[in-house]
Order: sequence, then C-alpha cells, then structure tokens
Amino acid sequence: MITETTSGNRGLLQAEPLIFETGHATSMGVDLPAPKGTANKLGGLTRKAPLDLPGLSEPETMRHFVRLSQKNYAIDLGLFPLGSCTMKHNPRLNERAARFEGFADLHPLQPVSTVQGALELMDELAHWLCTLTGMPAVALSPKAGAHGEMCGMLAIKAALAARGEGETRKRVLVPSSAHGTNPATAAAAGFTVDEIPARDDGRVHLDDVKAKLGPDVAAIMITNPNTCGLFEPEIKNIADAIHAAGAYFYCDGANYNAIVGKVRPGDLGVDAMHINLHKTFSTPHGGGGPGAGPTVLSAALAPFAPVPHIVLKGGKRELREHSEGTQAFGRMCAFHGQMGMFTRALTYMLSHGSDGLRQVAEDAVLNANYLLARLKPHFAAPFGDRPCMHEVLLDDSSIKPKGVETIDMAKALLDEGYHPFTTYFPLVVHGAMLIEPTETVPKRELVRFADVMIALAERVNAGDVQFFKQAPKLTPMRRLDDTRAARQPKLRWRRGSNEAPAQAAE
Amino acid sequence: MTTRYTKDHEWVRLEGDVAIVGITQYAAEQLGDVVYAELPDAGKSFAQGDDMAVVESAKTASDVYAPISGEVVEANGEIKNENWQIINDAPQAGGWFVKLKPSNKAEIDALMDEAAYADYVKGL
Repeated sequence: MITETTSGNRGLLQAEPLIFETGHATSMGVDLPAPKGTANKLGGLTRKAPLDLPGLSEPETMRHFVRLSQKNYAIDLGLFPLGSCTMKHNPRLNERAARFEGFADLHPLQPVSTVQGALELMDELAHWLCTLTGMPAVALSPKAGAHGEMCGMLAIKAALAARGEGETRKRVLVPSSAHGTNPATAAAAGFTVDEIPARDDGRVHLDDVKAKLGPDVAAIMITNPNTCGLFEPEIKNIADAIHAAGAYFYCDGANYNAIVGKVRPGDLGVDAMHINLHKTFSTPHGGGGPGAGPTVLSAALAPFAPVPHIVLKGGKRELREHSEGTQAFGRMCAFHGQMGMFTRALTYMLSHGSDGLRQVAEDAVLNANYLLARLKPHFAAPFGDRPCMHEVLLDDSSIKPKGVETIDMAKALLDEGYHPFTTYFPLVVHGAMLIEPTETVPKRELVRFADVMIALAERVNAGDVQFFKQAPKLTPMRRLDDTRAARQPKLRWRRGSNEAPAQAAE
Repeated sequence: MTTRYTKDHEWVRLEGDVAIVGITQYAAEQLGDVVYAELPDAGKSFAQGDDMAVVESAKTASDVYAPISGEVVEANGEIKNENWQIINDAPQAGGWFVKLKPSNKAEIDALMDEAAYADYVKGL
C-alpha cells in the first residue's frame, strides 16, 4: 500500500480499497419505501443473517469505479509494447460502425429475412479475408486465436478421417518456438505432439522437418513470422515437403500483422490459418475483448469447414445451420461468432484499403526495426544481426551478470509509465524481452520509449541494481511477491481474513 | 556412485538397484522460484526421453523427461507435500524428483559425466 502520504493518495491518483472494505450494509444509493401488502411467504426459508453486501451511496459507487478505471493501463493511454499481442490502436470509426443498431441490436435467433444486412457484412468480411490470404474458404465462427487453431486442427482431423487415415496419422510437428497454444490445441484435438528443436538462428529448418516426417504425421503447426520476430524463409519448401508426405500445414496467424497485404499465406502452401481480428484488424482485446479468430482453409480442407455456412440463393442469404448432408466437421460455437468484431474488422479493412493495409505491415516492421537499431547497442539481441519483422527480441544475457534480469527491467518500465514488453517468451531464448510497438505508435513515442530503455540500460551499467530490485516504486502497488502468490494463492476474499498484499523481499 | 547428466538438465545417480532422478542446479537456477511440480506415481513406467514430470516457476513451465527407462518406485514426498522450495534449495540432493528401477542400466553410463555436463552448460 502507498504509505508516503497521510491519505494514501498519490497526487491525483486515489487509493481505493476493495468495495467490500468500504461499503456497509446500512447505506444505499436509492431510498425505496418498505413494500406494503405482501406477506412474507418464505416460511422457514427466511434469511437468518444479513447478506453482507457492500452498501454505497451513488457518489461513492461512482468514485469507486472511476478510481479503479484510473488504475487500468490501456492502449488508449499509452504504448503497449507487449510482444506477440499486436496491441494496436482501435480506430473510433470501427466503434461507430459496430454501434449501428442494424449490426449491434441483433438476436442470433432472429428470422434470417430480418438480418440480411448482417449476413451480407459477414459474407463481405469472409470475401476479403479469403482475398487477402489467397485461400478459398473461411470459417468465421471461432472466437479467439486458440479457438481458430482448434477449428483448423479439427478440419485437418476430419480430412484425414475422410481419407481413411484418421487412426494412422496422429503426430503433429510443432517447433519449440511455437505459442504454447499450438501443442495444447494439437493435444486437445487428439493428436500427439512432436517438437522440432530450436536452431541458433531462431528459424525452422527444412532438414529438421524432413527428419521428422513419416506416414503417421498429420500436420505441422508453424507461426510465420515466428515468435522470434523472424520470417521463416524456408516456409514454402517446408509446406511442399509436408504435402508430399501426405500431411497438412497449419499456420498460426498470430503475427499476420507483419505481412498483411504483402504475402498471401495461400501462396505459401498453408492449409489452415486463424486470423486474430483483434490483432491484425484492430478490434479491441486485452480485457476489452472479446477476440475473434476466423480460420481460412485451403481447397483440401474447405469441404470440412464448420457450420454455419452463409449461402446466397436467389439474391437472399441463407444460413446453413446443420452439418447433415455436408462434410462439415460440426460447429465451433452456439451461433455465428463475434458480430461486433466482424463489423469492426470490415470497417478497418475498408477504411484502409489495400494500399493502407500494405502500409500497416510496412510500418509495423519499420517501427520494430527502428527499436532494434536503437536498442541493439545496449542490450543483447539474439537475432539482431539481421532485420526483424514486426517485433524485436532482446534478452537479458548482457545485463544479468550485472545483477539485473528481464523481470527487473519490466518492473522498472512500470515506473516509467509503460506497460512492459512480453517477458520470458519465446521460451527458446532465455530471459526473453519481446517488444512489439505496432504501426500505430507515433514516431515521438517510439523515440521516447527507446530513450527510456537506453537510460535503464545505462543505469544497469552504472551498477544501480537496487533501483531495479525495488521497482516499481510509483505504482499503486509496489513489487508483489510473485512466488508467494503462486505458491499460496488466495482466490477468495473473506471478511476479516484478508492481509496486506505480500511485498517481495528487497 | 557417480552422477550422470542429460542435455535436458536432468541428473541420475544409481544407488544400489535404484536410480535417483532430479533436475540440475543449472535447471533450478534457470527456472527461478518453483511454484508447482507434478511427479508421477509409483508403479508408472517410462521409456528414456518420455515426459515424466512437470515443473513450473513464475517464469515458465517445463517438462521433465525420463533420463533413463524404468519404473517409478518412489516419488519425493517433500515435493508431493508442496514443499517446492526444496527444488530451489537442493535440486541435486533433497529436491530429487523420483526413484526409478532402471530397466537398462547401460543407459546411465551413456549419459554425460559431471565434467562433460559442466562443459555442455558452459557452451549454452
């Protein structure tokens, strides 16, 4: 807790306890007369003890939530360089379109004749997703990246089963640099995971893939650009080798922002790829979600796309809701996916145009390379000898011998007013610091962030280890004891049993 | 009895007919404070290289592979009782993971000795 001021506040940042700690059963926001004329019919079931709900007046309630909101860090507040997450600005135009009542106030069970405009929007989004990726089909319904992975892997499973190889092809190849969701998805879909070990250059090598191929391989899952922020130069040859071996190529599209409009995954031999609308196409995420993970499918997998399918018949759009009579593997969710995200993503695409989307990728890569060039002299950059794609991978190998690790650097950034970069991922690089600025950061903000990182590196060199071990000092909460929180988690607040939050030993 | 090491940072030491297995000092340092570990129950058998246990820290989660083939005769009760700190304090002593009945003792001899492992870690 903040102790430097008597009030506990820090300037304009108000300290705020839990609502249960301030509220009391006797106050309430509205006065209602006691109900008359209704006899209590609960009999022996009448509550014996008060509910212990926190009563607050209206101004107290308002202040409570506004104070909490001020403790939130948001993309609308500052740079959010969380690598692998593509935390870009969400244009307000998207929000306006998503609030049009013809798109916003729909019920998924409304008669199809009354939602023709919404279906047309979905169809148009599907068209542009297919056009951008060079793929013949897309399933819009997956609700997040990992859900899209699941959709792709289930399509692969259905295609293998239709070939009579469902029982024999069970092995899925996953490079060790993959997002953790890749092996998890493969396992959840009933496959076994075989890891392709990392090489020193951070890339997947054709020889390593070929060495793992066999008649039991179902698919490979590769992220491109990969989690080290590098384009996979052998991707096409890997795809050819995979196809020659009778397997499918799942591409994790999490990093599509780096290549949108520049590279069509279909041309690389991809069979299935999810597209995080909430990353590349700027729909809100990170607590502001929900996400959306439409999954594009190759001609080989298209017949197995999950329902619903939008079918245009005689100028009207219909929804095919049932998989009977088709090869669809089933469905991914109860209804049709995240309508609000579809509206935002299509608005983003149409307002940018093809030239604008190409510039998105170009500027995202340019911004990352600016940071790489500025930071490389001050931090270890494991693959820094060549340009990166949309994100910069640093590690703590040059600062660790001086006593400062990745976690300390991240905590120090909090005091500087930044959401930290991604820490300790990808796992193939020890002490990883993964920084993704995105194309929506203005130049002056990029310059300032680089200046801050360099000043921190200089502080390490000056031997000021205590500064880092004590960080953050200016946040509402000081450094928390991560270890104790994980070893002795308290998942529920109880009156009288809560203690002050654990502070890390200094 | 000498201790042998794997490239995945497990150690194994034969004591009589039983091989004691754990993660190395280097692995424990790389992980940082361990916050969870999952050990296999006695009676389970593994082939060399199989996923045998899981260890998690605030930073990361890692699989621990069976350094040799064999059957689990005992899992470390201290760890089963959630004394994760012992893995950080004494990874190559009290923080051992399991005792295995080796099915092929020759597998142990084929692993790295202490000097070879020290060289290997130096090169990482």
